[in-house]
Amino acid sequence: MLPEQQNLNQTMLDTNQLASFKQSINDLSPLQLAWASGYLAARAEGASSATAAVAAPSTAPTTLTILYGSQTGNAKGVAKSLAAQAKAEGLNVELKSMGEIKPKAIKNITHLLIVASTNGEGEAPDDAIALHEFLSSKKAPKLDHLHYSVLALGDTSYEFFCQTGKDFDLYLEKLGAKRMAPRVDCDVDYDAEANTWSTTVITEAKELLESQNTASNVVSLTSVVNTEELYSKQSPYAAELLLSQKITGRDSAKDVRHIEIDLGDSGLTYQAGDALGVWFENSTALVAELISELGLDGQEKVAVADQSFTLAQALKAKFEITQTSINFVEFWAEKAQASHLIAILDDKAALREYAANHQVVDVVKSAPLATESKLTAQEFVEALRKITPRLYSIASSQSEVEEEVHLTVGLVQYQAGDISRQGGASGFLANGIDEGGEVKVFIEHNDNFRLPADNNTPVIMIGPGTGIAPFRAFMQEREATEASGDNWLFFGDQTFTQDFLYQVEWQNYLKSGLLTKIDLAFSRDQAEKIYVQDRLREQASEVFTWLERGAHIYVCGDMSRMAKDVEAALLDIIATQGKLSAEQASTYLKDLRNAKRYQKDVY
Amino acid sequence: MTDLTEKNQANGPLIVEGKHADNERLKAESNYLRGTIADDLKDNVTGGFTADNFQLIRTHGMYQQDDRDIRNERTKQKLEPLHNVMLRARMPGGIITPTQWLAIDQFAREKTSYGSIRITTRQTFQFHGVLKPNIKLMHQTLNKYGIDSIATAGDVNRNVLCTTNPVESELHQEAYEWAKKISEHLLPKTRAYAEIWLDGEKIDEGANGEVVEPILGSTYLPRKFKTTVVIPPQNDVDVHANDLNFVAIAEKGKLVGFNVLVGGGLAMTHGDKSTYPRKADDFGFVELAKTLDVAAAVVTTQRDWGNRVNRKNAKTKYTLDRVGVETFKAEVEQRAGITFAPSRPYEFTGRGDRIGWTEGFEGKHHLALFIENGRLLDKPNLPLKTGVAEIAKIHKGDFRMTANQNLIVAGVASEDKAEIERIARAHGLMADDTSMQRKNSMACVAFPTCPLAMAEAERYLPGLVTDVEAILAKHDVADESIILRVTGCPNGCGRAMLAEIGLVGKGPSKYNMHLGGNIAGTRIPKMYKENLNEADILQEIDSLVARWVAERNDGEAFGDFVIRVGIIAEVKVSKRDFHA
Repeated sequence: MLPEQQNLNQTMLDTNQLASFKQSINDLSPLQLAWASGYLAARAEGASSATAAVAAPSTAPTTLTILYGSQTGNAKGVAKSLAAQAKAEGLNVELKSMGEIKPKAIKNITHLLIVASTNGEGEAPDDAIALHEFLSSKKAPKLDHLHYSVLALGDTSYEFFCQTGKDFDLYLEKLGAKRMAPRVDCDVDYDAEANTWSTTVITEAKELLESQNTASNVVSLTSVVNTEELYSKQSPYAAELLLSQKITGRDSAKDVRHIEIDLGDSGLTYQAGDALGVWFENSTALVAELISELGLDGQEKVAVADQSFTLAQALKAKFEITQTSINFVEFWAEKAQASHLIAILDDKAALREYAANHQVVDVVKSAPLATESKLTAQEFVEALRKITPRLYSIASSQSEVEEEVHLTVGLVQYQAGDISRQGGASGFLANGIDEGGEVKVFIEHNDNFRLPADNNTPVIMIGPGTGIAPFRAFMQEREATEASGDNWLFFGDQTFTQDFLYQVEWQNYLKSGLLTKIDLAFSRDQAEKIYVQDRLREQASEVFTWLERGAHIYVCGDMSRMAKDVEAALLDIIATQGKLSAEQASTYLKDLRNAKRYQKDVY
Repeated sequence: MTDLTEKNQANGPLIVEGKHADNERLKAESNYLRGTIADDLKDNVTGGFTADNFQLIRTHGMYQQDDRDIRNERTKQKLEPLHNVMLRARMPGGIITPTQWLAIDQFAREKTSYGSIRITTRQTFQFHGVLKPNIKLMHQTLNKYGIDSIATAGDVNRNVLCTTNPVESELHQEAYEWAKKISEHLLPKTRAYAEIWLDGEKIDEGANGEVVEPILGSTYLPRKFKTTVVIPPQNDVDVHANDLNFVAIAEKGKLVGFNVLVGGGLAMTHGDKSTYPRKADDFGFVELAKTLDVAAAVVTTQRDWGNRVNRKNAKTKYTLDRVGVETFKAEVEQRAGITFAPSRPYEFTGRGDRIGWTEGFEGKHHLALFIENGRLLDKPNLPLKTGVAEIAKIHKGDFRMTANQNLIVAGVASEDKAEIERIARAHGLMADDTSMQRKNSMACVAFPTCPLAMAEAERYLPGLVTDVEAILAKHDVADESIILRVTGCPNGCGRAMLAEIGLVGKGPSKYNMHLGGNIAGTRIPKMYKENLNEADILQEIDSLVARWVAERNDGEAFGDFVIRVGIIAEVKVSKRDFHA
C-alpha cells in the first residue's frame, strides 16, 4: 500500500461512513446544510466558532416588495396602482397585503414600500395587526439590509393621525432599515400626495435595485460548538417559552395550545417529523393539595437518587403525580385498607382503567388514611413513579422558524368532582409557566416519519386533532425547499368554527398552491358523525390514484381508534380501487410500509 | 314646498366619463348576479365568500359579517374571523302573518348564532349570525312561507317601505298594495336567486339575446336605491332618506295619486366634502295609473345617468345635483310619457309610532309594541321574542313592522284584546313607564356584527337614553322628548341625519354630533361638534337642554330652537350648506 493511499484512507470516510453521512445530509434543507457546513468547518478547525458564508435565504434582491395594510380598501388601491407604476418602470414587483405574509418573512425583503392606513383611534388595520405587533416585539429581527419607505393614509380629524404608518416607519428605522425616501402622511384627499410619493420612491427603488444587481448578497452565520451532544434527555436544554396561545375558539370544548419555544444558541437542530421532549413540573397547587391530603407538611426530607429534597420539592419536580401507576394503586389499597381498591386488585383491566382515570391525589382522597396509620414521606415517594418527559410531535420546520420550535399541545383536563384536573406536561405548558419562563427540552429524532427524499413525490397527510402538528412542519419544509410534489391534507375535529387548528395557515397554503387539496371532517357539525376515515372513503378513487402515482401517506394522532379506522379505510380503498383481495390489499399496504411510504406517528 | 331657486342649478354632464368603479366590473361579470356563489357554498375551508361573491350575495339579501368582538382574539388563535351572514328579508310595507312569524321565530332560535330577530329601519326583519351550512336551508325555509330576500341590499331597488297606519286602514291597504306592486315591478328579473338558493332549474339567461333586466339593466344600478310609499301626515318612513317616494294623495278617503319626491339620501363619507345627506325634491303629482311608469322612469334615468366612476357620488341625490333637478325631471316625464301636475298640498306632522292600542276602522284594534332597537331576543326576565311568538300563536290578524323598528299587532277583534294584552304584559312587551324620549330614540345595529360600524350604536343607545332622560328630568321637562338617533357609521341606517340630535360614529367611543333636524323629518341636521366621547356628549346635551328650557318660545321643539337662536346654522341646500 502506497503511503499516500494509506494516508488517504485515514482521511476519507470509508464506505459505511460515507453512506451514513450521505444519509444524514440527504434530508437537510438548504439552511440546515449551510449550518452543517459551518458546523463541520468549526469542528475541523477545533475552533469554538467559525464563520461560513452562505447565500441568504431571501427573495431575489432584485424584487421590490409592496405591502399594504388596508381597512376600507384605500391603501390597497394606492398600493395596486403603485405596483402597476413600478412594473411599468420595469421593476420586479411583489404586491401583498400585510395579512398575506408571515411577519418573519420581512427579513427576507430587501426593498420595501409600505402603504398603511390607520384605523379608528390609531390602531393598525386588521390585516396589518400581526406585522405591526411583530415589528415592535422583541422577536423583531435586525433589518439593516432593508431599504424602505412608508406612505401613511389617515384623517386629520382624528387624534392619532396616520399613526400606523408612523409606527411602521419608526419600527423599521429602529431595526436598522434605511429609508429610501421620507414618509408621507396623507389626509382624506390623498391622491396628489400619494402620486408624488409613488414617483419618488419608484425612482429611488429603481436606482437602488439596479446598483445592487451586481452585488452578491452574503450573510454570515455563526456556528457553534458541538452542542448536539451537550443536550439530551438526561441533560436537557433550558429553553425559553415564547408563546402559549390557545388556538381553539372560545366556544370549543377543547383547549389546544400553539406553543413556541426558543432554542436560542443551543445549536439544537431537528427535522420535520421529529419530536420534542419536554420536562415539566407539577402544579404547586396540586402538590399542596396532595401533601395536605396526606396529612404531611411538605418540609419532610426525602432522598431521591442520593440527593435530598423536601417532599414538596420532590413532588413538584421528581415524581409523577398526574399519572397514576398500577403499583401506586396497589400500594395505597393496602396502606389505606381501602375496600373499593382492594376489590379490583385482582382484576388487572379494572385496575388499569382506575389508574388511568385517577390522579394520585384523587386515589388518596378516595381512601383517606386512618388517623392511626403512619405514613412517611419517603415511603410515599417510593411508591410513585419518577417523572418522565413527554414527547410532542414538532409542528415547525427550522427552515421556517430557525432557532424556534413549535408544538401543538392539547390541554388534558377533566373534572374530578368539583376540581378541574390537568395533565402534567400540557398543564405546565398551558398554565404552569409564563411566557419568558424556562422549559427544559431535548430533541427526539424520528427517522420513521420523514418527508420523501424526492421533492416531487406527492404526500397524503392524515392528521385529525393535534395530529396536525407534524404536517404543519411538513408544509413549512416543503415550502422552504420549494418542493413541487402535491400535498393533500385530511384534517378533522369537533367543529368547523372552533376547532379548525391553524385554519388561516391552511387557507394561505391553499391560496399559494402549496397545499393541493384539503378534506375536512367536523364530527359535530351535523346530525351524523363524520371522521377523516369517512372523507378518505369518499375520495377512494383519488386516494388510490395518488398512491399509484407514488404518494407517501402519513398518519398522525390517536392510536387506539383513529389510526385503526384510517388503516381499515386504506385497506378497503386499496382492495376496491385496485380490485384486490383483502389479503392482496394487506400486502400492498405492507409493501408501502416497507418502502417507507406509509408512516405513522401515533400515540 | 322646495324652493328650486335656492337649488344648485347645476348643468353638469349627464354621464360621468372615466374608469368605472370595480363594482361595475363585478356586476357585469356576474352573469346576472350569479357569480360563483354556488361554488363558494361548497367550499368548506372558509365560512366566508370569496372575492366578488362577497359583494354579490348582497343582491340576494345577505351581508357577510363576523363577530367583531372576537375578531382579534381569533386572529391570535389562527382562526379566520367568525364569518356568518346577516339576512334582510323583503317585506314590502312590513306586513307579516302570524304563520310566517312563527316560522322565522323558529329559524332564529335554532339556526342563528344570536337567536334574535331584528326589526330594522327598512321595515323588515333581519337574521344575524347564520353560518354557511345553514344559508340554503334559511332561504328554503323562508320560501316555504312565501318570504324572499331578493334585492334587499346591493345596487338595486331595495325593500319598499310603506307608512304603517292602521287607523285609516282602507287607505293603508291601497297604499300597501302599491308598495308591493312597485317592489315587484323594480325587482331584478334574473332567476339567479331561485337557481342558487332554491335549487331552481339552471338557465343560460340572455344567451339568445333576450333582455334579462329591462329596468335595472345588465349592470344594475350605480348604487343602492330606496323607495317608499308614505301616507301624510305620517312620515314614519322618513322620505328624505330615500331616493324615490310616493306621497299618497287621497280624496274622500280614496287614493287618487301620488306626489313624487326624488333624491333623498343620508349616507356620506367622513372627511369627504363631496358627500352629504340630502333631502328629496318634489317633482309634482302623478295619477295612480302612471305610478309604475314613473317608478321605472326614475330608476332607469338614475341607472343611465348615475355616476359609475365614483361610488361615493353614485346615488340619485348626486345625480340630481350634477345634472340639475329640472333636467332629471324632464327626462323622467319623457320616459314615463307624462307631465307632472303641480304637487297636491300635504303636510307631515310626525314620524313616531303611536305606541299602545288604537282603534281602526271596522271595529278592529291595533297594538303597537315599542321594541327597543327593534331587537327581539329572550333575555333573562325579559322574554320578548317568546312573547311575540305566543301572540302569533293566537293572533287572527297580522303583524306590521315599522320603519321605527317597532311591531304592531294589527287587526285585533274587541274580544281578543284582553288576551293579547295579557301575553304582551307577561313577556315585558308593554311597559307603561317607557318615556317619550325612549320612544323617540333610534339606533342602527353596528357592533358586533356590522362590518361598517366605527362605533357602538345599538348597544350604546339604551344607556344613553337613560342618561338623557335624567337630563330632561333635571331641567323639569321629563315628559318631553328630543328626536335622538345614533348610527355607527356615516352610511345612515340609523337615520341620524334626520334627527334633532344625531350622533354619527367616528371611532371607538367617538361620535360627531349633529343638531337641527325637526320633528317632521324635513330638515337635515348640521355638524355641531366633532369626535365627542360619551361624557362630552352628555355634557353638551345637558347645557343645550338647559338653554332650550330657559329660552325657548312656547312649545318650540329642540331642533327648531337651536336654529332660531343660532347655535347651529340651518341646512337649506345640502350641497351648499352642509359642510359650510
